[in-house]
Amino acid sequence: MSQKQVSSKERELEKKDLLTIHSAKEAEQLFHYSAGRYGSRFLEEMQERKRFVGVRCPKCRKVYVPPREVCGPCFTKMEEAVEVGPRATLKTYTIIRFPYIDPETGELKRVPFGYGFFKFDGADTLFQHYFPIDDESKIKIDARFEPVWREHRTGSVRDIEHFVLVED
Amino acid sequence: MARRAAIVATGQTHHRSIRRDVNGQELINEAVMRCLEEGELTIDDIDAVLIGNMDHFEGINYVDCWSVDGSGGFMKPTIKLTTGGTTGSTLGIAGYHLVASGAFDRVLVIGWEKNSESDTTGAINTAFDAIWDRPFFAGAIAGLAVMAQTYAHLYGATARDAARVAVRDRHHACLNPYAHLRKETSIEEVLASPMLADPVCLLDMCPRTDGACAVVYAAEGIAEKMCSQPAWVHAVASRHMYSYISDADTGTGTMISMERASAELYKKLHIKEPRKKIDVIEMYQPFSWAGLMWIEDMGLCKKGEGPKLVWDGATDLGGEIPINPSGGVVATNPIGATGLIRCAEVALQIMGKAGDRQVPDVNLAIATGFGGCAWTDLLAYGKKKPT
Repeated sequence: MSQKQVSSKERELEKKDLLTIHSAKEAEQLFHYSAGRYGSRFLEEMQERKRFVGVRCPKCRKVYVPPREVCGPCFTKMEEAVEVGPRATLKTYTIIRFPYIDPETGELKRVPFGYGFFKFDGADTLFQHYFPIDDESKIKIDARFEPVWREHRTGSVRDIEHFVLVED
Repeated sequence: MARRAAIVATGQTHHRSIRRDVNGQELINEAVMRCLEEGELTIDDIDAVLIGNMDHFEGINYVDCWSVDGSGGFMKPTIKLTTGGTTGSTLGIAGYHLVASGAFDRVLVIGWEKNSESDTTGAINTAFDAIWDRPFFAGAIAGLAVMAQTYAHLYGATARDAARVAVRDRHHACLNPYAHLRKETSIEEVLASPMLADPVCLLDMCPRTDGACAVVYAAEGIAEKMCSQPAWVHAVASRHMYSYISDADTGTGTMISMERASAELYKKLHIKEPRKKIDVIEMYQPFSWAGLMWIEDMGLCKKGEGPKLVWDGATDLGGEIPINPSGGVVATNPIGATGLIRCAEVALQIMGKAGDRQVPDVNLAIATGFGGCAWTDLLAYGKKKPT
């Protein structure tokens, strides 16, 4: 690499000349994602009946939450609806302490918050959600949790406020 | 029957946090020119161009066309690949496939990223499912932290064990003039650095980097004329597993894709004792804990024995099986280039051109790629032509 000798004044000027162009600050470009038949039913059950309905693979018997049409490993269509939860076991977690931009809102996330992977009773996959961290010492892998529902539900995974610790 | 193929030239930028002095195409061009220069080639020697990055970091969605001025793809077949974190290693595998298949004799492969152009975690989140994952997923740091949490829970590994890996790679980076972060670090400094997401501290984690890397693959018969010591591809293996992050094996303490890909790779290489046969590994190890977990999943030691292997110094430069002599990903992480840098670095090791970070007498070297819902790519390169 050629190392050009430049005075500090020149370097200052050079820095000034290097422009950064900001994009999309005022943009509102919406996406419209289909949840599909299985996903729609899951979200509707949450919204209207506070229930979780997964789906079981006819081949490997694995119960998927959220439900989807195809079991990837077996590459088989799934049709058997299975109610799971609402109690769940925390299988792994972390406490997020760094702020980052939430792509859903474009705003900085407020930290810290608890972020967990929950296994609903009767399910074989995990389900991500938040949990409160008022007492960090009680948060452990295999601890038992249950969802806290929002009063006003819209048919989204955010119809659950967060998961809270419970005594089994 | 596939043709034999080898890397005959490599080039990379001096990686930095922010390269305001160049736009994307110019950054790409820097790596391409260095690669052609090293190989004493011109762009006329290239039959096809393969380029990749994670396009949501820059928000440029037709990089194959947009990059042509910088890549040298003018009036050549140009293909874009993007597979998330594994982009660079997928490029390495696909470049090999294009030559081994007989489709092209000489392929220029480019990985690049200008991570400074967006919020890295925010952009990573847009790689994940909008309905089920994105509302909660806090990007790579969160995904990796939960893997480490399970591993620590199951096998008793500690933050100090992980810090030993960070200290190793950050030391190695000081020997690599291209590395982004080049500063010696102590275990105490790693442990005292800010907690990002338990148990991962700032100095355990990779940075976000602006940088690019290019390599040229050539077919047998041509490669030997282009390069006195080509880095021959001996085997590749790849495993993609899940759609959703919550289906991934975050709760098992094992990265199953790596375990399975390793088994396939060793079978193809006809090796039973990888630790004895492999001379150096450039691992896509995005945080220190992976340097404990994934060496176990690669079968270098038994489950739970990763920390011991690391503390014994076996994975240090000069040890039994040096890992990341370049400083690895915790020192340098232009994401779409990161996997390809692993391939370029092991090629340099085989060519004997790795400078202060050279491992003596490298016959067999492995490059790895990691990304998405715990995906794995593996590439084995050798000094001799594969049998």
